[in-house]
Amino acid sequence: MGAKFRWGVLDAVVVVFALIPVLWIVSLSFKTTATLTDGNFIPREWTWENYRTIFQTDQFVRALVNSIGIALISTLIAVVLGTMAAYAISRLDFPGKKALVGVSLLIAMFPQVSLVSPLFDIERNTGLFDTWPGLILPYITFALPLAIYTLSAFFKQIPWDLEKAAKMDGATQGEAFRKVIAPLAAPGVFTTAILVFIFCWNDFLFAISLTSTERSRTVPVALSFFTGASQFEDPTGAISAAAVVITIPIILFVLFFQRRIVAGLTSGAVKG
Amino acid sequence: MADIVLDKVSKKYPDGTVAVHDVDLEIADGEFIILVGPSGCGKSTTLNMIAGLEDISSGELRIGGERVNDRAPKDRDIAMVFQSYALYPNMTVRENMAFPLRLAKMDRKVVDEKVGEAARVLELTDYLDRRPANLSGGQRQRVAMGRAIVRSPKAFLMDEPLSNLDAKLRVQMRTQVSRLQKQLGTTTVYVTHDQTEAMTLGDRVVVMRGGYIQQVGDPQTLYDQPRNLFVAGFIGSPAMNFLPAEAEESLLRTPLGDLPLTDRLRASLARTGPAGGARQLIVGVRPEHFEDAALVEDSQRPKGFEFTAPVDLVESMGSDKYVYFTVEGQRASAADLEDLAADAGGADLPPQDSLVTRLSAESRVRGGADAKVWMNLDKLHLFDPSDGRNITLTEDKPGAHAD
Amino acid sequence: MSVQEKVRIPARRSPRTKAVLSEGKRQERRLGWLLCAPAAIVMVAVTAYPIIYSVWLSLQRYDLKFPDQKEFVGLANYATVLSNGYWWSAFGVTALITVISVTAELVLGMGLALIMHKTVVGRGLVRTSALIPYGIVTVVAAFSWRYAWTPGTGYLANLVTPDGAPLTERAGALAIIVLAEIWKTTPFMALLLMAGLALVPDDLLKAASMDGASWWQRFTKVMLPVMKPAVLVALLFRTLDAFRVFDNIYVLTAGANETSSVSMIAYNNLMKGLNLGIGSTMSVLIFLTVAIIAFIFVKLFGTAAPGSDDGTRR
Ligand SMILES: Nc1ncnc2c1ncn2[C@@H]1O[C@H](COP(=O)(O)OP(=O)(O)O)[C@@H](O)[C@H]1O
Ligand SMILES: [Mg+2]
Repeated sequence: MGAKFRWGVLDAVVVVFALIPVLWIVSLSFKTTATLTDGNFIPREWTWENYRTIFQTDQFVRALVNSIGIALISTLIAVVLGTMAAYAISRLDFPGKKALVGVSLLIAMFPQVSLVSPLFDIERNTGLFDTWPGLILPYITFALPLAIYTLSAFFKQIPWDLEKAAKMDGATQGEAFRKVIAPLAAPGVFTTAILVFIFCWNDFLFAISLTSTERSRTVPVALSFFTGASQFEDPTGAISAAAVVITIPIILFVLFFQRRIVAGLTSGAVKG
Repeated sequence: MADIVLDKVSKKYPDGTVAVHDVDLEIADGEFIILVGPSGCGKSTTLNMIAGLEDISSGELRIGGERVNDRAPKDRDIAMVFQSYALYPNMTVRENMAFPLRLAKMDRKVVDEKVGEAARVLELTDYLDRRPANLSGGQRQRVAMGRAIVRSPKAFLMDEPLSNLDAKLRVQMRTQVSRLQKQLGTTTVYVTHDQTEAMTLGDRVVVMRGGYIQQVGDPQTLYDQPRNLFVAGFIGSPAMNFLPAEAEESLLRTPLGDLPLTDRLRASLARTGPAGGARQLIVGVRPEHFEDAALVEDSQRPKGFEFTAPVDLVESMGSDKYVYFTVEGQRASAADLEDLAADAGGADLPPQDSLVTRLSAESRVRGGADAKVWMNLDKLHLFDPSDGRNITLTEDKPGAHAD
Repeated sequence: MSVQEKVRIPARRSPRTKAVLSEGKRQERRLGWLLCAPAAIVMVAVTAYPIIYSVWLSLQRYDLKFPDQKEFVGLANYATVLSNGYWWSAFGVTALITVISVTAELVLGMGLALIMHKTVVGRGLVRTSALIPYGIVTVVAAFSWRYAWTPGTGYLANLVTPDGAPLTERAGALAIIVLAEIWKTTPFMALLLMAGLALVPDDLLKAASMDGASWWQRFTKVMLPVMKPAVLVALLFRTLDAFRVFDNIYVLTAGANETSSVSMIAYNNLMKGLNLGIGSTMSVLIFLTVAIIAFIFVKLFGTAAPGSDDGTRR
């Protein structure tokens, strides 16, 4: 009982520590303009007004579309390329394998800000500046090491004997892949996709440096531009509401795929 | 059901390793044949070639009289049981067993029937809806067997199917596999590195080493008439004792003393080497061919040789006693023995300076004291250390030729 | 049986023919390259070329406000940056944030890892909650902290500093930046450490307690040595990550009151100053710094570095 109680207290501290900032921004997003600056943790008057406002402005809706589109496309490409490379790394023997693993490790450690100046100039000269592909490219690049590490860790756990077993059971190469290997690889690919999506969804530095208009601005950047935008007198409520909106997918992922995210993060980073 | 013929089959891997050299083997319809040998000797490679999982580099493989070198595994109608069991983790036991039948597009009702029947035979009926992860080792092994037997294939291939089980379960499953094979009468090729398994299971045993077949025969023949040092040392537990020896006119100098050359041994020597002059040999004696000198019947005594040695250790097995003696002097050395020593898992070779004997339970021999021991000279083998062959095998026994 | 077997004593081992590659091997190589090529090309094209380009830019006078004055100036930009007080202030701020936040994260992360590993109540709830800071958009969290510390609006400002504005003084602002960093990344650190904890065999801990080791001794003498590789990996990644700190500073202070990090100052040079020459010089300097940090860590790692094996380790 004593031990259980102590663990309970510790757990509670962790949960509170982790959730308070999130609850605070949720609380702000539901406050009315009048009570916004009262400093209360729990709103005294609740309102949907802030959400209504942001969804009525082009600024936010465009940014949301950009965020979703850019993150999804980047995730798709990074996961496809990463799957190919990870399969090769975990299953085939070829010279240059170590070099590839080394390069991805280097990129995982690369200071992204070092790319901002040159990419800014290159993208301006090639017309990629302030376009979706202009953001998608660096996102794929920095997501690939994550994808490759996580996926090769997953692939190494697949018992490839099963492919042989399926063939002995009368399957063709295609059937062996479809009915036996693919179902086993799918969870790893899915988990990797979540991690990559979170990474792209999160980015701020590239998004603020390589965009200049609503054409390709993502939500994190749009948030920081709410400040001083003329149609909002005090942007706090609107920013909070927008922040909550882009936090929802993250919360859903964490709630439904907690186990997988933990497995993915740790396998990719430690077992490398 | 069908016979399987390997005709000068070789395997060269892409990296240049030749894993199997010109293997000739005829496996009769319904036969239970064992491939045994130390790890890395090419057993799995041979099995995989029969399965179609590895290409055959040269030679021909015939199943039921038809050449199948170029057929995909699925077109050979052979089932395989893997060491890792290779159960599909995303399917239940039922789905695992039904998988080959499903692939063959069999009627759902027939599939259910066959799976039910196999599950009954293997006592898996209660576990049909479980996933492999929720089964014990022995149950998983049985599911793997079940998946192999449901579709009544022409042959079963098993690659060390029991080696992931604990010792007791392994013995149980061994009998079950044996019974099942007899019951179904399906041609079976079984790979193991465990000589006990090989001796107890097979109709015939193929001993392999370094990609070559060393000897093929029924268990008793391999035990009584090993073709060379390697087979002699690999088969039998505890393993045969090997001692260096030097043959002279009428006697054999060994660390145990000077043995008289019996007519049989003299004839073997004459047949296989130049007459006269000293000749280096290796003497091989199985543990059970020793006896406590006090217990030997007088009629037997002249057939053997008596010597005294210090007793190292006595292990009483109840039915008999394993007595270890320390032997002074040189060790026997030959390439075969090194190979055996390198594969500690396969053969239970005794430490080289010790002699293992199996004496009657009534023996009063005690550790620390000297003991007088009798050795049966009729059962003694002589090996040529240069090429390992057994020179005491007589001409009339099949396969006695060595090149 | 009529099989004619031959006893043969094989030559010890057929010598490997290294020079000639067999067809199967060559096919495997080709497939390997083919599958890796797209990923490799993208990664190299988007990082290697720009970094080389930025080295070249850093040797130019190149101000987008005066594009006509572009010319080669050698190392002049480096002299300018390295003798600039703001650069060194930013460097100091970055180093300070990195050291304090990574140290705190290591300690807290280890505690959190132990809690997540050992807890008997609500394990799922704890893990789920801990993942939220990891997953949440940094900018969102930064806004939450900013409003929390804004006088009037914030619950923390009213509670902790009723008559001050911590975000507008250097020390307060830096403390809040560090707090935000720690909140956001401790869970990640903890997850990596937890994976290391899982590698510690239970029997080893039992044996240690049978040998009379106290809890602390078991932790330092048994668990830490086994976890060392995991700890080093976590430290490396977090140190480099902390060195890139940008989002939090941008939202919390925008670099006011000398709270800029190197990323912030490089960004400002580019976006506000539009000075590509100086911006690129800073990019190169940051890159070099990170490379040096990584090098030191890899020296410490030795063979435990991720990727130092060919991927056969399980
Ligand atoms: N895919 C392969 N490529 C190259 N060499 C291999 C391959 N598979 C096995 N070998 C080599 O072939 C030999 C025989 O292997 P194997 O048939 O697996 O032995 P066993 O099953 O008897 O232990 C070994 O020397 C092994 O290293
Ligand atoms: Mg094998």
